[in-house]
Parts: sequence; structure tokens; C-alpha cells
Amino acid sequence: MPYDPRAVNFDFSPDQRSLREQARKFLAEHASSARVRRILEGAAPYDAELWRGMAEMGWMGTAIPETHGGAGFGYLELCVLAEELGRSLAPTPFSSTIYLAAEALLLAGSPAQKKRWLPRIAQGEAIGCFALAEGPQVATPGNITTRANGGRVSGTKIPVMDGDVADFAVVVAGEGNRARAGLFLVNLTDPGVTRTSVTTVDPTRSHARLVFDGAAAEPLGAPGAGWPLVERLLDRAAVLVAFEQLGGAQAALDMARQYALGRFAFGRQIASFQAIKHKLADMYVAVELARSNAYYGAWALSKDAAELPVAAATARVAASEAYYHSAKENIQVHGGMGFTWEFDCHLHYRRAKLTALMLGSARRWKDLLVTRLQSGAA
Amino acid sequence: MDFDDTREEAAFRAEARRWLGAHAETKSGAFETWQSRYPDRDGYDGFERAKAFQHKKADAGFAALHWPAESGGRALPPIYQVIYAQEESKYLVPRGYFEIGLGMCIPTLFTYGTDAQKRRYAPAALCGDEVWCQLFSEPGAGSDLAGLRTRAQREGDEWVINGQKIWTSGAHWADWAILVARSDPKTAKHKGLTFFFLSMKSPGIETRRIKQISGASHFNEVYFTDVRIPDGQRLGAVGAGWGVAITTLMNERLASGELRGPDFEEIFGLACSVSLEDGPAIANAAVRERLADLYVKTQGVRLTRFRTMTALSRGETPGPENSIGKLVNAPKAQEIASFAMDLLDMGGVIMDKDTAPLRAAFQESLLTSPGGRIAAGTDEILRNIIAERVLGLPQDMRVDRDLPFDQLPTGAR
Ligand SMILES: Cc1cc2nc3c(=O)[nH]c(=O)nc-3n(C[C@H](O)[C@H](O)[C@H](O)COP(=O)(O)OP(=O)(O)OC[C@H]3O[C@@H](n4cnc5c(N)ncnc54)[C@H](O)[C@@H]3O)c2cc1C
Repeated sequence: MPYDPRAVNFDFSPDQRSLREQARKFLAEHASSARVRRILEGAAPYDAELWRGMAEMGWMGTAIPETHGGAGFGYLELCVLAEELGRSLAPTPFSSTIYLAAEALLLAGSPAQKKRWLPRIAQGEAIGCFALAEGPQVATPGNITTRANGGRVSGTKIPVMDGDVADFAVVVAGEGNRARAGLFLVNLTDPGVTRTSVTTVDPTRSHARLVFDGAAAEPLGAPGAGWPLVERLLDRAAVLVAFEQLGGAQAALDMARQYALGRFAFGRQIASFQAIKHKLADMYVAVELARSNAYYGAWALSKDAAELPVAAATARVAASEAYYHSAKENIQVHGGMGFTWEFDCHLHYRRAKLTALMLGSARRWKDLLVTRLQSGAA
Repeated sequence: MDFDDTREEAAFRAEARRWLGAHAETKSGAFETWQSRYPDRDGYDGFERAKAFQHKKADAGFAALHWPAESGGRALPPIYQVIYAQEESKYLVPRGYFEIGLGMCIPTLFTYGTDAQKRRYAPAALCGDEVWCQLFSEPGAGSDLAGLRTRAQREGDEWVINGQKIWTSGAHWADWAILVARSDPKTAKHKGLTFFFLSMKSPGIETRRIKQISGASHFNEVYFTDVRIPDGQRLGAVGAGWGVAITTLMNERLASGELRGPDFEEIFGLACSVSLEDGPAIANAAVRERLADLYVKTQGVRLTRFRTMTALSRGETPGPENSIGKLVNAPKAQEIASFAMDLLDMGGVIMDKDTAPLRAAFQESLLTSPGGRIAAGTDEILRNIIAERVLGLPQDMRVDRDLPFDQLPTGAR
């Protein structure tokens, strides 16, 4: 079985922890609930001011090598930031741009492609997105209808997170007429692209429908790299998104705890009722197990370890379920207040469901996990 | 964050591997345990063999790596314990008999005993010459341990003990025991307790085996009739026994939580080998989903332990957050047992070792795993602990805080 972390230095370093403090402070000010709600209410597709602030802090370049204009820290640092972004619900195109588009370029981009996009991404000057889904059903290499032929792509992608604001897209499309998928780079200013925004359960993150009608498309990665490349990309993003989910789950637990301590019923704090205490204890356990699994994913990602496929799937399942569980029970602990627009409970509830689906559902990842365990065991 | 051994750690791992290779028994299969090879039953000499192995292990310096050198340890950081445990888990090694003594009793002695006592008792426990048990629970005091009523009355330099303990694991083979008893029933319940250790050979002790749902008898009732304990064997001040007991229980939670019996590897192996109506179980979507859930939990607990070890190795004390391990693992063991039997369908009930997979390990676990959810803090008590001590939520409303102990309401017992 591909696990067996050996000795123990299983935590972030003092430097990484001070980066966390710094990020938390910055986001408490610049991604406050009021700021998140401006996006929720439709003021803009994302918080551009916050995005610029993050760029000034150098966050976009965290894991981008210095040769490509990044800071070249590494993935552990990126995980630290992801957790804080998730905690604050920061309404920016960070996950699409960094975990997906930049990662795709780093994994498979040609020197010219990297040179064109990575320095701009690192500066916060380019936004990227990842276009895989084609409507309300699971995406597989067999059912993707978007086609790329002779440097042109045609088809419809929906929902594409940040597709409405991105400068370029990494598009999954069939090559030729066979069920063989590959990645393509499409500049979204191309006249062959039409985009319209799409409403989702989480309006704090914007989504689009992208219609490609013979838009210019460059292959990303060797021809035929195809679906395995998509999976590698999703694995890497899964670890990073798991940290966002972890931050969100912890925030929902903290909210529930705070509220339970302050709310009185039957002459006592509701936090003194065992049904509430045990609910919070169960949330805590789920969050801690997800945290441990996410840390292992971070380690595997940072070392590009052979364990990454299993570790990423494990981290994804644990984090998706812990966040959804915490967000849902946080509403319950708040009673009627939790069901109001006014309270922030629904922000986490929405984000939890969004993040649980954005790279494919836990159902699919569980199946993938068992497949990977099978091949590890064989 | 890294999992690579340092040079010293790698050298130690090699040393452990060499020693185990030369001295430990090899497993016939990944799932085999000492208990399954040498069941605790008449006609087996598992206990004697276990003591002999423990002696060799202590002589080689592997029995308590983190203990101070003067007590027989090597004063190594906790990482080494993890490394050794990883290597040891590949072999068939007895642990059960010594866990209570080494994991709970002697560490309590380290905190509250005199230097002479540490020198006298620690090495003997370490090499398996003396086995310890824990006399805490009573018929009317389990979760509510501080409700215990076994009396300790002072007579000069001695204490006289009368009363009854129950569920005492290993009392029938133990040489020594730790005991909490009530020294003052007139004061509030947590304040009237005093902590001792005593010889299980003391006159006036009577031990009766209790048969468990599995049919085995690992725990006992222990009766005390005018049992005498020298005051020098008191640990902590008179009336301060509750605080001492808490130390013991904190050590217990650190020690427990490791799953005995079939775990993820075994259920995964079973799913790969058994067929359902529509083909191999491992190809069935419902089975796969449950396997994934079990794997995620299993990894979560294993990795949480590494986080604890990291905290330990930085000199931080492990807190009540360790309760997670047992709270997840104990119900998981029960789930794995039941799920495995479901995969075997009608044949799942067979306990015949020659017919049932893994020599009926799953069926046995069905009957032993419920105990794991009760011993060392029930599931419910562990949730209370997490809620109160980790999350800082208020304690349950209680009626027993400030009343004198002898005026508290009780049930029929
Ligand atoms: C296999 C095994 C080995 C053991 N070994 C030892 C040993 O070596 N030494 C020793 O001293 N003891 C030992 N015990 C005893 C064990 O510590 C107790 O059984 C345990 O603490 C529960 O106490 P109880 O049996 O009195 O159950 P009770 O305390 O009566 O509990 C009954 C039920 O009520 C619930 N409950 C009780 N209080 C609360 C509360 N405040 N909130 C919510 N629910 C509550 C419990 O969770 C449980 O479900 C062992 C037990 C087992 C099963």
C-alpha cells in the first residue's frame, strides 16, 4: 500500500507558519465578510482590488520558479496561502489561475508558452481558467464533445470557473474524431470565443459558459498526453483545493463554536447541550482528519512523490466531506439565524458545495482512490 | 515537512531491523497477531513466551526508547518510538500484557513516585518480569470514575482498603496495580480520592474472571477485604488522587487508539479476493465507496498520529486532541468486521478458523470491537472531552460538583 511516512517532521516550518499569520492578517482586512458580500451581491465578478493586493504580496508567484518570474518558494507555501484563502472565502480567481492554469503550464507547457504566460500570472497581470465540464454530467474522456482540429477548437464548456474574467483558458478537448482528450491553450480574446456568465450556487466565485467556434488553440503537452495529463493536473489542484476546503471547514467550525458559546436557551448556553457539544466534536474530528490528509498531500506535492496520486485523492475526499459537513452543521447550530442571508453561514455552505464539485465529486474521487490503491497493491 | 530519516534515524532503523530479524517471530500473514497465535487460553504458554521476548527486547534497549536512561530507556526523542514501531509491526510481537504497565502505571510513577521507587519498579516492568494492572473502574463508577466508593482508611503508617473494582484487565496475571480509592466520603467527590500502588499478592485481594461477549476472559472483578498498603506507596497527596488519575488517563489515551484486529489492509484484501453476485467485490461500486471511506479515515488517524509525534518532538505535550485516534478507530474496527462479514454473505457467520477467511479474524473482531468503544473512555465520553477540553465548551450541567460524596444521588447500585 503506498503509504508509510517514515520519520516525523509533519508540520509546517516556522517560516511557513509566519507566512500563514501574515496572510491571515492581510485577508482579515482585505477579504472581510463585507468585501466578500460585495461580490455575492453582484457588484463585480471578483474583487479586483484584493487581487491587486495579493499580487503586491507576491502570492501568485509563490510556486512559479524564478526563471519564469515567480518567487520560487514552493508548494508548501502555496498550501499555507490556500488554507487562508479558503478560510476568508476570498473572492478572487486564484484557484483557477494558480492551481489549474499555471499548473497546467508548468506541467506541460512549451518554453514559449511558459514564457508567454507565467511571468504575467506571477505579476497578477493574467488570469487563467480551466475548461473541462460540459454541462450537468460527469466529464469523461469518452463524453467530451469539444473538438480540436488543425489548431482550432469548437464546442461548449460550462461551467468554467472564472471563464468570464480570464485572459486565457486551458481547454480539455477531443483530438481528431477519436475519444482521446488533450489539453489546449486558448487565448480568450480570440474572435472565435463567446462567453456569457453563468449563475451557480456560489456567486462569490464567477463562472461562465465558453463557446468556442473555431478559436485558435495550441496543444499543451505532447500530442496524445491526453487524459493522464488531465488527471495529473487534477491531482495537483486537488491538494491545493483541499487546503482551501480545510481553511473553510475550520472557519465554519470556529463560527459554530463561537455562536454556541454566546447563544442561550433554556437558561443556559446552547454549547452546554450535549447534542451540540457532540456535533461540534464530530466536526472537529472531521476537520482534523482532513487536515492530516491534506498535510500528507502537501508533502507528496512538494516532493512530487510517487505517493501523490493516492495522497491527492485521499486529501480531496477528506477535505470535501469535512468542509461540507462543517458548513452544513454550522447552519444547524445557528438555528434560524443560520438560515438568513444576513449571517455568513451560507457563504461557507455554498463554497463547500462548490469546492466539493469543482474538480469532480467525492464519489468520483473515491472510485479513483480505490483504483489507485488496487494498482499500488498489485 | 519531510519524512526522510536523518542519518541517525536511518542508522537506528537499520539497528532495529537487524535486531528484530534475529529475535522476533515472523508473521504467517500480515493480519496475524500474538493473540491469534498464542490465545489466552489453557494449554497455551503465550504469557510466558511474551515475558521471555520482552526480556530480550528490554536487554537490547528497545522496550522504552523515550524513557530516561536510569530507568532502562535510551532517552530518545519520540520519533524513534515511531521508527521502532514501524519496524516491529512487520513481526509477531507481544504487546498487550505490558501496555498498561509501561504505558500508564510506570509513567504515573515517573511523575509522582520517589527516585527509589522509579529505580525499583521501572526496570522490572520494562523487562516483563513484573506486570501491572489498573484498578480504577467500579460497578458504580466507570465513565463517572470519580464516583468510586472503594474505601481507603488510614491506620498509622498504613492504609486499609475495602471494596470492589471491576473490568480490571489482566488482574489475574498482574503482579502490581495502581489503585484509586476514597479516603474521605464527607468531602466533595473529586476531593476525597487518594492514589496508591500495591502488590496484587497482598493478603485480602480476591480476583474473579469475567467472561466477555467473545467468550474470552481478559478482565476481572477484584475484591478487597482489609488489604493493607504502606503509606509510602501513596502517589500524590492525600485527597489529590483525582489529579493523579488524570495523569494516568492522559497517558492511556496516548497509548491506546492503535487498532487491534483487522484494519483497512485486511478488508481491502478481502474485497480483492471475494466474489459477489456481479463479479469481484472490489469491482462493486458500493463496496468501492465504503473502502475509500475507510481508507480516508485510516490514513487520517495514522497521519494525525504523526502530527502528534511532531508536536511531541518539539517538546509540546500531547493534549486531549489525542482522543481522536480511539474515537475514530474503535467504531471503525467494528464497521470493518461487520462489512467484511457482509461481503461473505450467508457464509459470513462462520467462525470455524479453517473455513473463514483470515482464520475468522473478522468474526472475532465483531465480538471484540464493541469493547474498544467502551474501554479507556466511551465514544460519548471522548466527545465530551473533545468538546470541553479542546473546543472549550462548558461542562455538562452537574448535580454532583459540590455536594459531599455521601449525599449524592445514586441508582439502584
Ligand atoms: C475491554 C475493557 C477493558 C477494560 N479494562 C479496564 C481496566 O483495566 N481497568 C479499569 O479500571 N477499567 C477497565 N475498563 C472499564 C472501562 O473504563 C469502563 O467500562 C468505562 O469507563 C465505562 O464505564 P461503565 O462500564 O461503568 O459504563 P457507564 O459509565 O455506566 O456508561 C454507560 C453508557 O452511558 C454513557 N455515559 C455515561 N456518562 C455519560 C456522559 N456524561 N455523557 C454521555 N454519555 C454518558 C456511556 O458512554 C455509555 O454509553 C475496561 C472496559 C472494557 C470494556
